[in-house]
Amino acid sequence: MADFVSGFWNMWVMVLVALSILFCAIVLLTNMKGEKSETGEAQLHGHVWDETLCEYNNPLPRWWMYLFWITLIFAVVYMVVFPGFGNTKGIFGWSSAHGENSQYAREMKAAEERYGPIFAKYQNQDLQAVAADPEANAMGQRMFLTYCAQCHGSDARGAKGFPNLTDSDWLYGGAPDTIKTTIMGGRQGMMPPFGPVVGAEGAKDLANYVRSLSGLANDAARAQKGADLFAQNCAACHGADATGNQAIGAPNLADKTWLYGSSEATIVETVTKGRQNRMPAFAEFLGDAKVHLLAAYVYSLSNK
Amino acid sequence: MQSQATYNYKVVRQFAIMTVVWGIVGMLVGVIVAAQLVWPELNFAEWFHFGRLRPLHTNAVIFAFGGCALFATSYYVVQRTCHTTLFAPGLAQFTFWGWQLIIVLAAITLPLGITSGKEYAELEWPIDILIAVVWVSYALVFFGTVAKRKTSHIYVANWFFGAFILTVALLHIVNSAAIPVSLTKSYSAYAGVQDAMIQWWYGHNAVGFFLTAGFLGMMYYFVPKQADRPVYSYRLSVVHFWALIFTYMWAGPHHLHYTALPDWTQSVGMLFSLILLAPSWGGMINGIMTLSGAWHKLRTDPILKFLITSLSFYGMSTFEGPMMSVKTVNALSHYTDWTVGHVHSGALGWVAMVSIGSIYYLLPRMYGKTEMYSTKLITTHFWVATIGVVLYIASMWIAGVMQGLMWRATNPDGTLTYSFVESVKASYPFWSIRLLGGVLFLGGMLIMFYNMVKTISGQKAYDAPVVAPAAAHA
Repeated sequence: MADFVSGFWNMWVMVLVALSILFCAIVLLTNMKGEKSETGEAQLHGHVWDETLCEYNNPLPRWWMYLFWITLIFAVVYMVVFPGFGNTKGIFGWSSAHGENSQYAREMKAAEERYGPIFAKYQNQDLQAVAADPEANAMGQRMFLTYCAQCHGSDARGAKGFPNLTDSDWLYGGAPDTIKTTIMGGRQGMMPPFGPVVGAEGAKDLANYVRSLSGLANDAARAQKGADLFAQNCAACHGADATGNQAIGAPNLADKTWLYGSSEATIVETVTKGRQNRMPAFAEFLGDAKVHLLAAYVYSLSNK
Repeated sequence: MQSQATYNYKVVRQFAIMTVVWGIVGMLVGVIVAAQLVWPELNFAEWFHFGRLRPLHTNAVIFAFGGCALFATSYYVVQRTCHTTLFAPGLAQFTFWGWQLIIVLAAITLPLGITSGKEYAELEWPIDILIAVVWVSYALVFFGTVAKRKTSHIYVANWFFGAFILTVALLHIVNSAAIPVSLTKSYSAYAGVQDAMIQWWYGHNAVGFFLTAGFLGMMYYFVPKQADRPVYSYRLSVVHFWALIFTYMWAGPHHLHYTALPDWTQSVGMLFSLILLAPSWGGMINGIMTLSGAWHKLRTDPILKFLITSLSFYGMSTFEGPMMSVKTVNALSHYTDWTVGHVHSGALGWVAMVSIGSIYYLLPRMYGKTEMYSTKLITTHFWVATIGVVLYIASMWIAGVMQGLMWRATNPDGTLTYSFVESVKASYPFWSIRLLGGVLFLGGMLIMFYNMVKTISGQKAYDAPVVAPAAAHA
């Protein structure tokens, strides 16, 4: 995309840049020759302010002038060889990120050539075999700490809203290939809000019912009412027995694992407002070879 | 005939006292946020969270402490070097109360999370409008006073104050342009990378004109006054003034290296930052060399110690800045604590120290005296503050370079050697040292406060008679 809406602004910037450098050069040039008095004493400039304030007119320090000239000349030369003067490309044709010869493209290519083979050698191996390979596992862990630990924790045990990857409870399934599919394509978890459907009391009834399924303290009368509401509203995704459905990522509500928490208040909130959850897709960012190692590592966490 | 008119010292006095008060407040908030990095438990309420207190700290030290120091010294210097009273003293009073109101509004809105999200320009649009009104009034008073001066030449300090006042008006108004959606919320008038560029054009020139040109104006009056020596070179002041004015404007893009900003813009930012080295050092040379022939005064005069040390830190940070703007260096330093250290070597070492030295000179004169209550306490303040700055910047240098190196370290397979949190863990000892440095600097300000109270308590406010300009020209 062009950097300017019209060529005028490009010229405008060029003229201003050139004038600024030229101005510095002229101010410097016209003050190069400082006159010391014949006795070698510094001269006063001749004005006095506020009783005592006056100024010598010493010449500019020589080293300082050279320093100034060096930076001015460096700037001009740099703008000839690199982008910098308006949107000219510079004679080296260097670019940070545009085109195949950009610094970014070259660095990515060099990295691919150097590191690609290290990952490629595992790419065609069976995931379970990769998971059992200590070297591959170490590489997988290093990537996990860079890309996954922010949400799932450096010990992979998750946090509220972020699944624990070390247990055997899976939202979408824990088979090696399923884990890889999850990392490659990401997942969109969506529990719709049921507040408008079941109402505040209904949400409490439902909360008590699902708590009863996992053996948590509950109000039996409410749980009883909740069971009916569950069959009408929730069973479609979570199943009649509430054990969930991995095909759509609907959690098992009859076990002890709670992604957002098992207190009555939290469950009421979940039922009323629903939940939105997103596992980002890594296929484009990391590529198949790296995700292969990452999936094997995640698989190994619950399959020692 | 000696005129019986007196200088308008009232507004100078008010701003000078508030400089010390806001200095303590701003630095206290700085110490709190530094402590929050060491003990995250201290983020105990949303209005007391690091993310809200940090902008309060930067606004308080730059605009409340630094701003009051600039108002006080510029109103003092412009009257005395123009040999006339302030133009529109009523308007000058308005700038005082207006500025204090802005500071109080900032102290309320920022912890409440009311922010435009632009660094160093976080205040929302109604406060921005108030700032613009106060600032234009300030310009009227200052340039009005210069216009009615009794001398033919304008003293060099006033060039710098003038440039600072004009440019800050321009920067503030352009960068704060926004579309309000309610009294407390607005959206920037610019979008995407243009917004980022405008923001850093503002941001770096806030450093260049607010924190540099303004304080150079201060330096050009108080250094020769306190040293009782002529300024080293008029010629040098001309060259470095114009070079500084013409190049600072371009330096902003170095805050956006390796971003979506076009390559040529990044280059321009880097090159003009490098060109800035000599003009910046011109100010340092002119200040320090003013002392030639009077070096012995440094041994006994703690105010000169403050002023000359501030120039040394100015020289250091204006060398460090151009180096950090070089893209290859920036690739290491950007987003690390090195930047934080660099800013504080300028903010504590240069801006705070030159202000402190100037206020120590100016304050007793507001009460008809020439000395603070205790010179010894000024010496103590100097050493406590110097040790504080050194601890602060040295710890941030080490932490910053370490973070940069840890973030870029890779294993033989190309994966990162360290996760981010490991670099956080490794930074803890240095954050603790930084906290200690900050506590020391704040402690110095408390010593100053005590000295100030002792100096002015029981004293009558004094307005010096206007001095007739020297008639004879050499």
